[in-house]
Amino acid sequence: MTELRHRGTTDNDLQHQQSDDKGSENELKGDKDGASDSESKADTGVPEVPVPPDDTPEVLNKALSGLSSRWKNWWVRGILTLAMISFFFLIIYLGPMVLMMIVLCVQIKCFHEIITIGYSVYHSYHLPWFRTLSWYFLLCVNYFFYGETVTDYFFTLVQREEPLRILSKYHRFISFALYLTGFCMFVLSLVKKHYRLQFYMFGWTHVTLLIVVTQSHLIIHNLFEGMIWFIVPISCVICNDIMAYMFGFFFGRTPLIKLSPKKTWEGFIGGFFSTVVFGILLSYVMAGYRYFVCPVEFNNDSNSFQVDCEPPELFQLQDYALPSVLESLTGWPTVRLYPFQIHSIALSAFASIMGPFGGFFASGFKRAFKIKDFANTIPGHGGIMDRFDCQYLMATFVNVYIASFIRGPNPSKVIQQLLALRPDQQLHIFNSLKAHLTEKGLLPALEEAAA
Amino acid sequence: MTELRKRGGGGDPDSTENLSDKEADGDDRLGLQGEADGEGDGDSKADTPDIPPTTETDDTPQCLNKALEGLPPRWKNYWVRGVLSLAMISGFFLIIYLGPVTLILVVMTVQIKCFQEIITIGYRVYHSYDLPWFRTLSWYFLICVNYFFYGETVADYFGALVQREEPLQFLARYHRFISFALYLAGFCMFVLSLVKKHYRLQFYMFAWTHVTLLIVVTQSHLVIQNLFEGMIWFIVPISIVICNDIMAYLFGFFFGRTPLIKLSPKKTWEGFIGGFFSTVVFAFVLAYLLSQFQYFVCPAGYNSDTNRFTIECEPSDIFVLQEYTLPAVIQNTLRWKTVTLYPFQIHSIFLSAFASLIGPFGGFFASGFKRAFKIKDFANTIPGHGGIMDRFDCQYLMATFTHVYIASFIRGPNPSKVLQQLLVLQPEQQLSIFHSLHSHLRERGMLPPAAGRPE
Repeated sequence: MTELRHRGTTDNDLQHQQSDDKGSENELKGDKDGASDSESKADTGVPEVPVPPDDTPEVLNKALSGLSSRWKNWWVRGILTLAMISFFFLIIYLGPMVLMMIVLCVQIKCFHEIITIGYSVYHSYHLPWFRTLSWYFLLCVNYFFYGETVTDYFFTLVQREEPLRILSKYHRFISFALYLTGFCMFVLSLVKKHYRLQFYMFGWTHVTLLIVVTQSHLIIHNLFEGMIWFIVPISCVICNDIMAYMFGFFFGRTPLIKLSPKKTWEGFIGGFFSTVVFGILLSYVMAGYRYFVCPVEFNNDSNSFQVDCEPPELFQLQDYALPSVLESLTGWPTVRLYPFQIHSIALSAFASIMGPFGGFFASGFKRAFKIKDFANTIPGHGGIMDRFDCQYLMATFVNVYIASFIRGPNPSKVIQQLLALRPDQQLHIFNSLKAHLTEKGLLPALEEAAA
Repeated sequence: MTELRKRGGGGDPDSTENLSDKEADGDDRLGLQGEADGEGDGDSKADTPDIPPTTETDDTPQCLNKALEGLPPRWKNYWVRGVLSLAMISGFFLIIYLGPVTLILVVMTVQIKCFQEIITIGYRVYHSYDLPWFRTLSWYFLICVNYFFYGETVADYFGALVQREEPLQFLARYHRFISFALYLAGFCMFVLSLVKKHYRLQFYMFAWTHVTLLIVVTQSHLVIQNLFEGMIWFIVPISIVICNDIMAYLFGFFFGRTPLIKLSPKKTWEGFIGGFFSTVVFAFVLAYLLSQFQYFVCPAGYNSDTNRFTIECEPSDIFVLQEYTLPAVIQNTLRWKTVTLYPFQIHSIFLSAFASLIGPFGGFFASGFKRAFKIKDFANTIPGHGGIMDRFDCQYLMATFTHVYIASFIRGPNPSKVLQQLLVLQPEQQLSIFHSLHSHLRERGMLPPAAGRPE
């Protein structure tokens, strides 16, 4: 406890107070005294979180022992980046089930990292029940979301198995009952001297759940639309990170925002354009394969996922007439594109413009709680949250984008709801639908056929 | 700022008035007053300093004061509380009489007031009045989330109206996108407003705002969804909670001996159990009374022709009297073979059981919250009762429970919503659904098997 309560401006603490990007950085050290002192006075009393020890694996250390420490740091980052990207390709190859598992693991790790920060901030390791309750709430919320997903996408499987059917019919009630149990346990666990801490941790847990768990479920929903809706957004954000870094490194002059002094306007704009181009190219490459483009469906006969379908219009090459400006430039009257490529421009624009705000938010958070990284899981990069902070806004955006501009409602879900209605309501809908289809001219031909 | 930073409570009278339940909590207070005790010190050092006590100006209106001058202060307090309770209950009846639209407006007003009360506590706790932008941002987020929820409700229930008006149609189709864009604008404003010395405070207020939104706004929308199911689903749960509060208080007052929980020393087991039984009986009777009127039982439907709400329908099965055979045990005691009940009365037993058993936990949560932040009441809006939040703390869990209960056990999906979704699907999908529905209805005998239906 004494270590955690140690305040002041020793060298160690100064190192911690260099927030945001790793790498050597002297600007913060310069005005450390004014800012950090008043910051530690204004935000009363929460001691800094201790820095975890150097986590680089021994093998890398040995291989790089010859280089100076700055280059060593870059090599470590570079190698780990390549390792993460290869891992990404591997899990894409392994398919939707593995992807879902990975998303779940990442979510749990992110939750764990943020909650650990909360524990350190409030030194509430010793509060009764609290760890149990945080994990319990995580389980409840995950149960609720996964249950809804499973019910939607595995409808036929669920209808077949009796216990699953009951669980799915009363799903909301069961989830709510589980949550309430946690709530009552929290109330019963309130201890006289620690009310405020316990409420803080309760609030902290809920905000973390809101951020981490809901976004990870939106990612899974996107995944079920088609793996391309999972891969392209994530790749755009990664590309933007890397490109903005490169542009900033080679051309960076004008600082972008006081919160992250290493970001520059040159990096921002360069990253924007390169990400848009990258997005267009990547979509072109991926839209050709059914594996990426088709919605993931569960085949009840073979009891496995299948990714096979007639590609929707979005993924079929179409001719677009170029505006005359571009025509005169390139000499092509029309261009063949996938409509998806146009959507990908919107996605990459969002990734470049709004994604960094997620990064700034995480930087501000780290500055506020005086931590350098969320954790030390990935050598050279920090914790999982450090890698995923920009992704969260992106996942929500993609989901909202799909819901608003691309996809209609899920047909099997609509049938589900239809069959649950009362007969007179069903009849009413039947008649409205008939009128609608007849209007559209889809029905009369079949009407004769049925008769 | 110096006043706010004063710790330990300036003087005894202030400290005692800080506490909601005066008898207990003495230890807590002493523990924090300048003692170098590990935990207590850690607690107060770890968090921001205690907030100053709410200004204890006597808020009772002058007229009441005059009427009650003769009585000793304890009785005066009871009378004030009693008068205000009656006033609130009459207010409740009045707005029920005025109809669904008024109810929605009242719910919204209550929600805004609750939000304001909790946010004000946050400002005081973190003495963040001077933070740039923060008030604007909190209210902005409230507007965004309300826009999102109300938009979803309007699109569902006012489907016909929305289809007619062009701008409304556009807003409805891209509703999620617009709401998300609005929220993102607020998020970016927050990030841009981060000021070097106040990062932590700003993050705390951001989180405080979001948790408050989560609690207050989502529940108020669940209340409105319940309302649209039928006003009985709004009236009965609220009345049950009020009844439980009053009955538990009375039973505790007359028979209370064994304390229930350390958090609220004034609650007793006798009050709890007495409240439980009387609430179940009350709910049973109330359900019987209200189930007879279409005004309460029918879903509030919007009539696009007259542009008003109509509350008229064929009452659904649960509001139609049915005969139930009593189990043998009760048969022997009462000598009735069967009893005619509304099925809704059986549901109301479950609702009242929840309100009596789990509802108080909402109250304990609010008590714990008030103790944690050393405030007596959320605000001083209602003389004798405190703020709006003080009255509504038990209601929130109830509203969610009622909504989940309806979704799980009573209602199917909303037909107009299903139709909406159908019309948005691709034509091939519509056709295939049409055929499935056709064969399903034919099986059920709802459609004549032969062709020859009028086009």
